[in-house]
Amino acid sequence: MNRDDITLARPQESLLGANRVIKNTYMLLSLTLLFSAFTAALSTTLHMPGWTYMASFGGAMLLMWLVLPRTANSASGIWVVFAITGLMGFGLGPLLGHYLSLPKGPEIVATAMGGTGVIFLGLSAYALTTRKDFSFMGGFLFAGMLVVLIAILANIFLAMPALSLTVSAAVILLMSGFILYDTSEIIHGGETNYLLATIRLYLNIYNIFIHLLSLLGILSDD
Amino acid sequence: MGWEKILWAILIGMMILALIPRTKAMFQQTRQAQPGDWSSAILPLALVVGFVVLLILLVR
Repeated sequence: MNRDDITLARPQESLLGANRVIKNTYMLLSLTLLFSAFTAALSTTLHMPGWTYMASFGGAMLLMWLVLPRTANSASGIWVVFAITGLMGFGLGPLLGHYLSLPKGPEIVATAMGGTGVIFLGLSAYALTTRKDFSFMGGFLFAGMLVVLIAILANIFLAMPALSLTVSAAVILLMSGFILYDTSEIIHGGETNYLLATIRLYLNIYNIFIHLLSLLGILSDD
Repeated sequence: MGWEKILWAILIGMMILALIPRTKAMFQQTRQAQPGDWSSAILPLALVVGFVVLLILLVR
């Protein structure tokens, strides 16, 4: 192999690598979303109590912080990803049960689900086809996330519907930005681990769904 | 229930504490935006806002 072949081979290798990560990420993402939907349906059918949401969310966060970083480069990481997404789906049961019991509940849930899908697919398609580098957004997105979390913390005790509405709108916008950012990271080699990439995109979708549900629930006629 | 609010507050507080160093690191690592970068991001986000407004009108 001469020097020109080596020079041409490197960009092609990184392109092939990025495409492999993209393919594996979206395949695992679709499987985890299906699994999450299954556990959510199970939890809803079993009429799990309200604290299930907090327990599942807390368990998933612990797995994400303590277990996933240690297993992300091994085969067992896949099971951890399924455990995280399964737990988060299971935690949705009480929330979905509450919304489904409202007069326009099924319509709100279906609209939130469809809306989340359209937002995710639209933004992903935009990032994948334009192949723009959205890495410049990283600092702002994380700072925005910090501000939103502080607002959520405050609203736990203030319980203001207007603040809740503002937080939900802000989270949807932030998560949309994160979809662009995370997809761009995968394309441009910033994220090479498809397990971590899957979890990042899953969390974006999950948060958009939860807060779209909240927004539609508050602003519907009921 | 009071204990639920306290547990949620602890969980969110832990997330904030975990995010602070990460945010500082991100600001140091993030590249500067070039001309045209923000407009390429704001356009799809504006469409998301419009779409969400449409969804709200659909359920009202």
